[in-house]
Amino acid sequence: MLQPYLPILLLLIFVVANAVLIIGASTLLSNYRPTAVKRSAYESGMPVLGDARERFSVKFYLVAMLFIVFDIETVFMIPWAVAFAQLKSMAGVLLLEMLTFVVILGVGYVYIWKRGALQWD
Amino acid sequence: MTPDQKGFLLFAVIKLLVVFSVMLAGVALLTLVERKVAGWMQNRPGPNRVGPFGILQPVADGIKNFIKEETRPASANEFLFLLAPALSFIPAVILIGVIPLAAPLPVDFAADLPLLGLTTFHGMMPMSVADLPIGFIFILAFSSLGVYGIALAGWSSNSKYSLIGGLRAAAQLISYEVAMGLSLIPVLLVSGNASFSAIIARQQQGLWFIMPLFLSFFIFLISGFAETNRLPFDLPEAESELVAGYHSEYSAMKFSLFMIAEYAHIVTVAAMVATLFFGGWDMPFTHWDERGGLLQTVVTGACFFAKTFFWIFFVIWIRWTLPRFRYDQLMALGWKILLPLSLAYIMVVAVAIEIIQASLGWTDPKAQGFALFALNLLLGWAMFFLLDRGRVVRGVAPRTRAASSMSPREGAA
Repeated sequence: MLQPYLPILLLLIFVVANAVLIIGASTLLSNYRPTAVKRSAYESGMPVLGDARERFSVKFYLVAMLFIVFDIETVFMIPWAVAFAQLKSMAGVLLLEMLTFVVILGVGYVYIWKRGALQWD
Repeated sequence: MTPDQKGFLLFAVIKLLVVFSVMLAGVALLTLVERKVAGWMQNRPGPNRVGPFGILQPVADGIKNFIKEETRPASANEFLFLLAPALSFIPAVILIGVIPLAAPLPVDFAADLPLLGLTTFHGMMPMSVADLPIGFIFILAFSSLGVYGIALAGWSSNSKYSLIGGLRAAAQLISYEVAMGLSLIPVLLVSGNASFSAIIARQQQGLWFIMPLFLSFFIFLISGFAETNRLPFDLPEAESELVAGYHSEYSAMKFSLFMIAEYAHIVTVAAMVATLFFGGWDMPFTHWDERGGLLQTVVTGACFFAKTFFWIFFVIWIRWTLPRFRYDQLMALGWKILLPLSLAYIMVVAVAIEIIQASLGWTDPKAQGFALFALNLLLGWAMFFLLDRGRVVRGVAPRTRAASSMSPREGAA
C-alpha cells in the first residue's frame, strides 16, 4: 500500500546525500584562511556594533500565529473539497456545512482585521 | 522481492536519477537564461565570453563556487549555519519528483539482470518519479518546508542584515502560503482528486483549468511569485536595503545552494502552473496524445517543457518589469486582499458547481467548464473594475497620497 511513496523516500535520501556531498566537497576544496576581520559579520564595512540577536517586532509572532489558524483551515478544506466533488449525492449538505464554517471563520477574520492585527506599519 | 517489485524499484531509481540530473542541469542553465534575458531586456549582450554565446558560463560559475574560499562569521552558530543551505536545497529539489512530466509510457520489460535477478515491469509507467495519490498535498507540504532553511540562515548568521532578511522571508512565505493553499482548493473542487495524473485527466475531459478557474490561477501566480522570493516580492533579499538578505554572510557553494533552491522553486512553480491550469503534458484539440506510446510520451514531454519554460520565462520577464513592493503593501496584499478573495472564491465555485450539477443537471465536463468560465469572466470583471477600484487597477498612488497627508510619520519623510 505504501509502495507509491517508496520512490519519494529514495529521492529524499538521494537529495540529502547530494546536499551533504556538495557542502562537504566545497569545505574540502576551498582553502580557508580566517582572519579576525574576515570572520566578523558584515555591517557595510563598519565595525560590528553589538549582537544581531536582539528583540524584534512582535508583529512577526502575530503573523506566525495567524498563519497557523488559516493554514490549518486550508488543510481542513482539502479533504472537504475532494469529498464534495466525489460524493455528488451529499454535495448540498457538505456545501451548507462548509458555508457555516466559513461564516464563523469570516467573523473571526473581521475581528482580527478590526483589532488591527493585519495592519503593518 | 517479487520480479514486479524489483522492476518498480529499478525504474524508480532510473527516473529519479534522470529527473535529479535534469533538474540540476536545468537550474544551472536557468541562471544563464536569466542573465541572457536580463541582458536583452536592458539592451546589452549578457554573458558572452565563456564558450559560444556564454553557454559555459554556469560551468565556470560552478567551478569557481566550489574552489572559492568560504567565510564563516565568528559569531555565527556553526552547526545551524552549515545546516541552513541544505535545508533550503532539499525540499526545493524534491518537489519536481511528483509532477508528471509526460504521458504515461506503456512498458513491457522482462530481463534477467546481473545482481538483481529476474526483473519485470508491465503496464503503464507514469512519467514522474512517484505518482502519489496525494501529490497535491505533498507539494504544498514540502514547499512550505523551505521556510526553515531561510529563517535558520538568517538567524544563525548573527548579522543584522541576515536576521531582518530571514524574518521578512519567514513572514512573507507563511503569509502567501495561506493564499496559495486556498487558491488551489477550487482545483480539487472541480477535479475531485488530489493526484496530479487525475487532475490532468480531468482537464483532458473538460477544459484546461485556466478557463473555468481563472481567479485561482491569478491568485496562485501572485502567491507563487511571493513563495519564490522573486520580484516584485523579493523583500527578503532586497539588495538596496538589506545587502543580500538572509544569505548576506554566505559565500561559495553554500551561497550556490540557496541560489539552486530559488531557481528550483521557480521551476516547480512554473511546472505547477503548467500542470494545474494548462493541462500538464496535454496537447490541446487532440486526443492522439492519450493513446499511449513512445512517440506520444516524447511529444507530450516536449509539450510540458514548452509550457513550463514559458512560465519560467514569465517569471524572469516580470523581474525586469515591476518594481519592488513596500513591506506593508506586501502584507496587506496577502492578508487583506488575496486571503478573503480566495476564501470567497472557493465558496462561489462550490455553490456554482452545486447549482450546475444539481439544479441545471449539466454533467458534461465541457459544459460545466464553460459555465464556470462565464462565471469567472463576470467575477474577474467585477473584481477589477468594481470591488478593487483604486487599488490594483489604478495603482496605489492615490491612496498613499491621501494617507501621507494624514500620518505625521510619512508626512515628515
